[in-house]
Amino acid sequence: MAGSLRFPVDPHRRTQLRALALVAPLVIYIGVTFIAPLGTMLTRSVYDPVVADVLPETLELLEHWDGRTLPSEAVFAAAAAEIKRAAAARSLGQVAGRVNRVQGGLRSAVTRTARELRDIEVGPWRESMTAIDSVWADPATWYAIQVTGERFTARHYANALDLQRLPDGSLAPQPVERRIYLKLFWRTLLVSTVITLLCLILGYPIAHLIARSPAGRANWLLILVLVPFWTSLLVRTTSWIVLLQTQGVLNDLLVAIGLVSDDGRVAMVYNMTGTIVAMTHVLLPFMVLPLYSVMRGIPPTYMDAAASLGATPVQAFLRVYWPQSLPGVGAGALLVFILAIGFYITPALVGGSDGQLISNMIAYHMQTSLNWGLAAALGGVLLVGVIVLYVVYERLVGVERMGLG
Amino acid sequence: MNYRFSPFFTTILAILFVVSCGTESSRSITAVSWGGSYGRAVNEGVNIPFMEETGINIQVEDYNGGLAQIRAQVEIGEIHWDVVDLEMAEAVRGCDEGLLEPIDVASLPDGPDGTPAAEDFVEGAMTECGAGSVFFSTVYAYNEESIPGTKPGTIADFFDLETFPGRRGMRRVPQVNLEFALIADGVPRDQVYAALDTPEGIDRAFAKLETIRDEVVWWEAGAQPPQMLADGEVVMSTAYNGRIFNAQVLEDQPFVIVWDGQLMGIGQFVVVAGTPRLEEAMEYLAFVTSAKSMAEIGRRISYSPARRSGMPLVSTHIEKGIDMEPHMPGSPANAAQALRFDWEWWADHQDEMNERFSAWLAR
Amino acid sequence: MGTARLGPGRIVYWVFCALVFVFLVAPIIVIVPLSFNAEPYFTFSEAMLRLDPEAWSFRWYREIIQNEVWRNSLVNSIVIGISATLLATVLGTTAALGLASPNMPARRAIMGVIISPMVTPVIIAAAGMFFFYSGLGLGQTYLSIILAHATLGVPFVVVTVTATLAAYDPTLNNAAASLGAGPWTTFRRIQFPLIAPGVMSGSLFAFAISFDEVIVVLFMAGTEQRTIPRQMWSGIREQISPAILAVATFLIVFAVLLLFTVNWLRRRGEA
Repeated sequence: MAGSLRFPVDPHRRTQLRALALVAPLVIYIGVTFIAPLGTMLTRSVYDPVVADVLPETLELLEHWDGRTLPSEAVFAAAAAEIKRAAAARSLGQVAGRVNRVQGGLRSAVTRTARELRDIEVGPWRESMTAIDSVWADPATWYAIQVTGERFTARHYANALDLQRLPDGSLAPQPVERRIYLKLFWRTLLVSTVITLLCLILGYPIAHLIARSPAGRANWLLILVLVPFWTSLLVRTTSWIVLLQTQGVLNDLLVAIGLVSDDGRVAMVYNMTGTIVAMTHVLLPFMVLPLYSVMRGIPPTYMDAAASLGATPVQAFLRVYWPQSLPGVGAGALLVFILAIGFYITPALVGGSDGQLISNMIAYHMQTSLNWGLAAALGGVLLVGVIVLYVVYERLVGVERMGLG
Repeated sequence: MNYRFSPFFTTILAILFVVSCGTESSRSITAVSWGGSYGRAVNEGVNIPFMEETGINIQVEDYNGGLAQIRAQVEIGEIHWDVVDLEMAEAVRGCDEGLLEPIDVASLPDGPDGTPAAEDFVEGAMTECGAGSVFFSTVYAYNEESIPGTKPGTIADFFDLETFPGRRGMRRVPQVNLEFALIADGVPRDQVYAALDTPEGIDRAFAKLETIRDEVVWWEAGAQPPQMLADGEVVMSTAYNGRIFNAQVLEDQPFVIVWDGQLMGIGQFVVVAGTPRLEEAMEYLAFVTSAKSMAEIGRRISYSPARRSGMPLVSTHIEKGIDMEPHMPGSPANAAQALRFDWEWWADHQDEMNERFSAWLAR
Repeated sequence: MGTARLGPGRIVYWVFCALVFVFLVAPIIVIVPLSFNAEPYFTFSEAMLRLDPEAWSFRWYREIIQNEVWRNSLVNSIVIGISATLLATVLGTTAALGLASPNMPARRAIMGVIISPMVTPVIIAAAGMFFFYSGLGLGQTYLSIILAHATLGVPFVVVTVTATLAAYDPTLNNAAASLGAGPWTTFRRIQFPLIAPGVMSGSLFAFAISFDEVIVVLFMAGTEQRTIPRQMWSGIREQISPAILAVATFLIVFAVLLLFTVNWLRRRGEA
């Protein structure tokens, strides 16, 4: 670029270069602080060298294993030596945690084996190890080591879609009790749809009202929409807990007016109801603002014209107003939906155990189970979904018009 | 034209630089504990004197148990936590996984009467990577005002929704809950872990939990149960005995502890492997596991010292002056109803049980 | 339509709209009086409803003001918020100026990339940033959190400033140039004063984003970098006390101030 500047450049090209130079710092910044981290995460969903690095010889010898019988003494000897070495180097825990995810119970078996192997100097290793823990006599254990020993793997994605790879290499559904992620993805989509619809039902009339109000009143009504928009998400979530909990304001009110008895207080929070109510409240402004900006552009005379041609208000609305407001409906609904499927805070705080969404599962695997590969894969699947919706939004609405109030 | 922006950028870079480096203190460790009234007791009884005596600053961080954060730090290769107050089963697991520094009991201070540390610690209080802190117990408690008439007195009553309707608080982990479920289902106390060793026993425990599942509010932090009892959010809750005790004596809450089937455990202080502040961490560990420190904790919350020489130093509550002994999990009357928490069983089965428990919760 | 105005349909419409406005605002208003509760409960006691002065108090405000943890987190929130806002505002405004150029190539694609942090679920971004910054040895530092918050806030600056620039008349640049002003002088003397309200409200957006952000902080901050939202998060999850409501009341007042400022700036921008 510097080279081309030496020559006389035409003004068009010069302004183009200047524009690019102005945008470049931000694009680089986003590239480094946003795209690169996403890349790091996606790498983790398919790449994991830990087991391969700690147990190289065992894995190499296991390549000749038939997968059904007990591996040879050589494999046991290599495994024993490498387990001892790993325990001394303090890297055993990471291996044990990984194999444990393929075959439950292996974490403690592996660490216990390491503890007891410390006092054993000579073989036969097969006897010693199977005597320490019977898991070593189970081919499934060796299969788990083999699977986690792959540096590049698709098993996290399979896992995220409730699939598992069988020893013969084929894909099969997970056993029923371990199928949770598809259900959770499905629940997330369903909840997001419900919330989007609720936002539309609640938001459409008020957007219409604001659009039809004279400027002064419209401004005040808009402020009523914007107050929750600007208020901290945590504050709004706290409010809903205060309002909805069994000893909360709403239940007290219901008891006071005699709708429910003191023993029959309704559980409205720490469950799915809590998640839906609070999320609808949080996302409603994102529906109202795009709706309002479209509706403001619909001349009221159209409705009057329809009425003067003999249409009932309902007909006039359906035939004239609704079609013209559709761009706003689309923009608002897509925006609310995109934000809803990635929501974390509100379900985590008011969702209880049945109001959790896919983001909460990602957080669980990030912070509690530490199955980072799976967390990354779940994130990858969610990211693909969001990108698809985002592209649709960009085509239909254009990102510059993202309503901000 | 860009150079005209440079004051802007310089200012920003300066700010970034100052905030990223400015807070790095020379000798400082992060000590992680359980927060709430227990955290306060450790802070006032141990941390503040330690800081005054040694000049090493202590950053206190609260957590709710488990090895996850330690594992994450070791795996990612950045150690932020130095000393952690762990549960016994986790301390043993963490040691096996290479997450914790081994601890030489000889490096810990002797008892005030000169007894070597190795003999001063109660049997089983020292593990390879952990030094015992205090005995605590998981019990269940109720708010007298929320339960009129007959009061609950046994673990079975906790699971009895007909006689005692209302929501229950339980910790969002499998341990303790499975034991309570089996006791409530009629398994004698001394056979609980034998039962858990069989798949039928585990099924039986989950089946019993299932009977109250819809009425359970799950808690994570030890400070939650007293709060939920005070708010009337639950009528009874499992809880750490010390938290309930503090609510009783410091806040005059009408709470009652049911000691039947109490599960007694010993806390463990550990040092995270690979911490760059090993020397300071070990210094703190020696300080916090001295008989005096344990007693200072015991004078503020009803947890008894894990050293024989510690108990006589406790005597009375530091503010209220009441005799602490009857409130301790280890007092003869209370200990008679106790079940000793089998950390060996949990060290071996924690992963499986966690997985099954969270699948059960998610259903 | 004149007949419909008083019909039952109209009444239903008005009542429905009124209820939606109540739904929007009431939950936020309700916690303000509760923060003056003298008792450690989350609901209106009978005494409060009788307006018994004994039942109302500043107890929880005293508690948070005296509490060192809350004070530290306020300082953290402000330091992180202002640093991230400065960074986001400079980068975002510069980029918006470039994007507004009529000769900007690949504008849609670039805009798509710049806006992406706004629509990507924060949990995914936070997970990625956790791995990324820890890998660089920057875990649990102010620097990584400031950089992350600037990333999350910058799309709002770009969108707001772009919207203001759309109203800017580009012939003013030519006019200035014809009078002998260089590009920098034109920007400083003509363009910037005109788009300044947009830049201001963009940076207020960025500040609000950082000031309310909790997921990145949850994943990347240590105790030292605790912010107000992070403190509220553990408060809500664990030791929920009316002190939280006192903090919430502060934040509500703060939000209303921000809102009116932005509203005022926007009108100035339009005028």
